Amino acid sequence: MAEVHTHEADDHESAYAGLLVNDAHWAFGTDFEDPLAGVDTTVPEGIEPATLAAYCLMLGDDALVLSQRLSEWCSRAPDLEEDIALANIALDLLGQARLLLARAAKADPSIVPALPDGSPVPDEDRLAFFRDDLQFRNVRLAEVPNGDFAQTIVRVLLFSSWRLAVFERLVRSRDSVLAAVAAKGIKEMAYHRDFAARWFLTLARGTEESRRRLVAGLDQLWPLWPELFETHALEREAAEAGVAVEPFEVSAEVQVVLAQVFAASGIDRPERGALAGIQGKKGRDGRHTEAFSLLVAELQVVARAHPRGQW
Amino acid sequence: MTSAVAGPELEAHFTATIEHADRIEPRDWMPDGYRRTLVRQVAQHAHSEIIGMQPEGAWIGRAPSLRRKAILLAKVQDEAGHGLYLYSAAETLGVSRNELTEMLISGKQKYSSIFNYPTLSYTDVGTIGWLVDGAAICNQVPLCRTSFGPYGRAMIRICKEESFHQRQGFELLMTMMRGTDEQRAMVQESVDRFWWPALMMFGPPDEDSTNTEQSMEWGIKTHTNDELRQRFVDMSVPQAKALGVTLPDPDLVWNEERGQHDFGQPDWDEFWSVVKGDGPCNAQRIAHRKQAWDEGAWVREAATAFAAAADEEKTA
Repeated sequence: MAEVHTHEADDHESAYAGLLVNDAHWAFGTDFEDPLAGVDTTVPEGIEPATLAAYCLMLGDDALVLSQRLSEWCSRAPDLEEDIALANIALDLLGQARLLLARAAKADPSIVPALPDGSPVPDEDRLAFFRDDLQFRNVRLAEVPNGDFAQTIVRVLLFSSWRLAVFERLVRSRDSVLAAVAAKGIKEMAYHRDFAARWFLTLARGTEESRRRLVAGLDQLWPLWPELFETHALEREAAEAGVAVEPFEVSAEVQVVLAQVFAASGIDRPERGALAGIQGKKGRDGRHTEAFSLLVAELQVVARAHPRGQW
Repeated sequence: MTSAVAGPELEAHFTATIEHADRIEPRDWMPDGYRRTLVRQVAQHAHSEIIGMQPEGAWIGRAPSLRRKAILLAKVQDEAGHGLYLYSAAETLGVSRNELTEMLISGKQKYSSIFNYPTLSYTDVGTIGWLVDGAAICNQVPLCRTSFGPYGRAMIRICKEESFHQRQGFELLMTMMRGTDEQRAMVQESVDRFWWPALMMFGPPDEDSTNTEQSMEWGIKTHTNDELRQRFVDMSVPQAKALGVTLPDPDLVWNEERGQHDFGQPDWDEFWSVVKGDGPCNAQRIAHRKQAWDEGAWVREAATAFAAAADEEKTA
């Protein structure tokens, strides 16, 4: 350790002790270790690596993009407790995204964007920061702007109810990475759903204004909801190989959960049709909403300026 | 009010507690001036944590790796947590979080001026961690022994997390210094911008500091501004060397005789202009906080109404 000139030893030093030492106490580690270190990443038999990778991107991009949106609340929430809670949810999703993108890259290295020789950017970051917006496979529910707090609560409720049900089945995936991500994610998604359901009830029964805003937020997001239950051809293929969950399968149970929240809140299920795609293509095919390109631009701007950078 | 009816024994007991370096607790008698000073200082500290979320929070969306994004988001979240502890400590002195927030928004209470400087590059996240959190720690470690119990205890927890943040910031800069030439230039540029504002964080020179003497007598403050500034400089120099950056002060030199560094003075005119409200971001920071607070009003009202209705149902 470099010599520190101080004329007296007191508790100032404790705050600085070890600043120049690379020890094990840093959050998330100090090195760039593989997030999947120690996990069996062999692609299970009976599934195309490209299909497994696409499925991981779908789940990973959902998490990454919603995390990006939720972190926009940071320093803007109605009170400190909600600021902290929304950051927690964003952090959980970001953690899931990192593992899932790393898994996608490992399953099929050909999907990883090429960077200049010698670039130290790890694969999961190449996927997050160097893919074009049309290559993202997230559902559109994850990407639309936050709206107000009520709309954000509705989105977290819809998304977490769905993802929790998917993860509860995904723990039996033949892919050990997906199974592990799901097992860890179940606790997180249950917390997200609980947080959102409690606020849903509070806003529904709080004041006239909060109820009006909640109903408006629900109405706004409802057309994006059916997309989560549409089984994409690649999802079906992956599900048939015992690796993935067909989202259609979880529809009934998720609707029951929502019906309970709506009933307790005295809120009617909106009567709105599903948001159409473009020639039938939607988020899972890389066809997004207008707001998405801007989201991706913000996400990637610093990383793209430094393709050889290390962070 | 209390001082008028307080007997000399109460005051003697208070003074003795301070002299023994014991803690004053919320239910203990304390002079009005002590209470006022504490509310001002703890509130200002809480506001600094909350306003301090903005300059770094602005880069969460642009953090260039998933790992750095998580570190940054978690750090800014910690700042919200620090704000919570400190508002709670202030509440033990009889003032609510809502009142304090209103005073921040109306400009009646201040926050650390450092946050009126903008973050112009992602690198600033690292520099703020290293220099700004580092200076904050220098200021705050002695506060762990401050005379008011709830404040001192909050500070112990905060200092641990702050030193963690400082190390994360330093580690980001260190990693960037091992990267490309462009990245090294970014680190130097950012350090050039933040060095002087970091030195200003210790407040004006002792001869111009109006609050120091009484606060030291009461054990609220335990070191003078200039003492802490000197300590910060002495600690930062070897760190800068380890990083490979130059601190932008031509007068910075080791003084063998004093066993300390000699260094130049920040631009105190700029300091006072920022303190008085004319800094690059003063208006922006308050407008951001005010907007969040105003736009959240209906949510807080809904939560209050919901809780009141639930209480009614219980008693009915």
